[in-house]
Amino acid sequence: MLIKDGAANEPGYPMSAFSKLTHSDPWFVPLLVFDIVAALAMALAMWAALLYAGDAVNLAGDEQVAQRIFYLHMGSNIAALLGFLGSAISSLGYLVSRRLVWDRWAAANIEIGAIFGISVLISGAIWAKPAWNTYWTWDPRLTTATITVLIYIAYILFRNGFENPETRARFASIYAIFAFLSVPLTYYSARLFRSIHPIVFDGANEEAQGGFSIGPSMGQTLTIAMISFAILFLALLFHRVRQLGLEARIEALREDWNE
Amino acid sequence: MMDELLERSSDGRTSEQFGIVGPFDTVTNRDGGLPAYLRRVWAVAAKDVRTELRAKEIVGTMAAFAVLAAVVFGLAFDLRVPRPELVVPGILWVIILFTGVLGLQRSFGSEMDRGTLTGLLLAPVERSALYFGKVAANLLYFLIVEALLAPTLLILFDVNLMRPLILLGLLLGTVGYTSVGTLFAALTAQSRARETLLPVLLLPVLAPLFIAGVSLTTAILSARPLSDLWRWLVIMALYDALFLTIAFLLFDLIWEQS
Repeated sequence: MLIKDGAANEPGYPMSAFSKLTHSDPWFVPLLVFDIVAALAMALAMWAALLYAGDAVNLAGDEQVAQRIFYLHMGSNIAALLGFLGSAISSLGYLVSRRLVWDRWAAANIEIGAIFGISVLISGAIWAKPAWNTYWTWDPRLTTATITVLIYIAYILFRNGFENPETRARFASIYAIFAFLSVPLTYYSARLFRSIHPIVFDGANEEAQGGFSIGPSMGQTLTIAMISFAILFLALLFHRVRQLGLEARIEALREDWNE
Repeated sequence: MMDELLERSSDGRTSEQFGIVGPFDTVTNRDGGLPAYLRRVWAVAAKDVRTELRAKEIVGTMAAFAVLAAVVFGLAFDLRVPRPELVVPGILWVIILFTGVLGLQRSFGSEMDRGTLTGLLLAPVERSALYFGKVAANLLYFLIVEALLAPTLLILFDVNLMRPLILLGLLLGTVGYTSVGTLFAALTAQSRARETLLPVLLLPVLAPLFIAGVSLTTAILSARPLSDLWRWLVIMALYDALFLTIAFLLFDLIWEQS
């Protein structure tokens, strides 16, 4: 990340813009490769979800088509979950180690996690209309997911309200830990209401509606989608962490300049 | 790991070198143990209540807002709801939720405005004693407002909320609310946009309390058996215990650099 004052930046040493970038930033090439892998993985996931996966045999009409959004829904869900866990670990990591890089990981996890969280909610609502005949219901998973996304948005707004990077990191970490601990309680209290969300993997919920049994091609597609979304999440995460690191560096340079 | 977390600060010095002691040491070992600690908590709470008695800026505003909100809900729902029992639990908890934010903001906001926060931080008491003192004062304000709100709802909606289990639920909910709210008020007091930010931070974290409170009140009003009620009380008690402990552990971190 450190911009070296080496031969590459001196005049009279002809270099292309590309090689300048690769020389000045060790993250550049790995991230470029990561981006290409993520793009290919997403293309594969979309192909599998729309063309390869079989139809749901026990459904008919709109529901038969609508269930294909499930791959995007579960994929986004995995990414949102990774962001959720990552933010809690990074926040605790900051409070223990007091290194600002942990705070940047926490912020990036939450920002990317929030995007995927919103994607989970929207794809779920679109699917729920044909399956449950309503866009929204106060099912525990829906309630918990919504509250978590709202907490993420609150975190982002809160973190932007501080100038001093140390205060910002400390306060944001404290808030993230409170938020992380409140989510299981939200889920537990919301679960005591009646639940209609299908649990596709063990079918334990007898009142679930719109569930379907999974065939082999659907299972494979689901695996592909979850891995692809995880890769996409990580690619975006690394970009955001790099960006936040550069922002902090610019801030530091600006302060040096002012002094 | 928790000890390390509390004792280490940004430049690696332990808290002893700062002259600050970790929260457990203060309660157990130092300066007369628990009774003396409780006296310090009491001193902070008494100072807050005395300020409030003189300035009269928190409880009056909260009470006025609570009654006003009850009237507004009455206008919104009257004649359109077949039985008021259906909406009164929700109305009760929504009013508490919004009224509480008003009071909590002033808890540290007035200290910031008057520049008395520095004095408070320099006082020879532990940071956690400051926290519990503030929680106690806020709890008192909340309970006064709730004592006014319940009869108001009885008059406007003809639903009697003054039953022992509803009051127990209100007490548990209020303890949880003030314990999280006081800490968040301390966090947002130093932010650029403190008035607008507190409710945004607070409401999603309070979701479990809100769900449990509304469900408990609904269950009691529809005369459900006791076996349906206890789990809501357990959730609220669990919430209170968890967040009071976490707040106690983390409160020292807030003013570490001031």
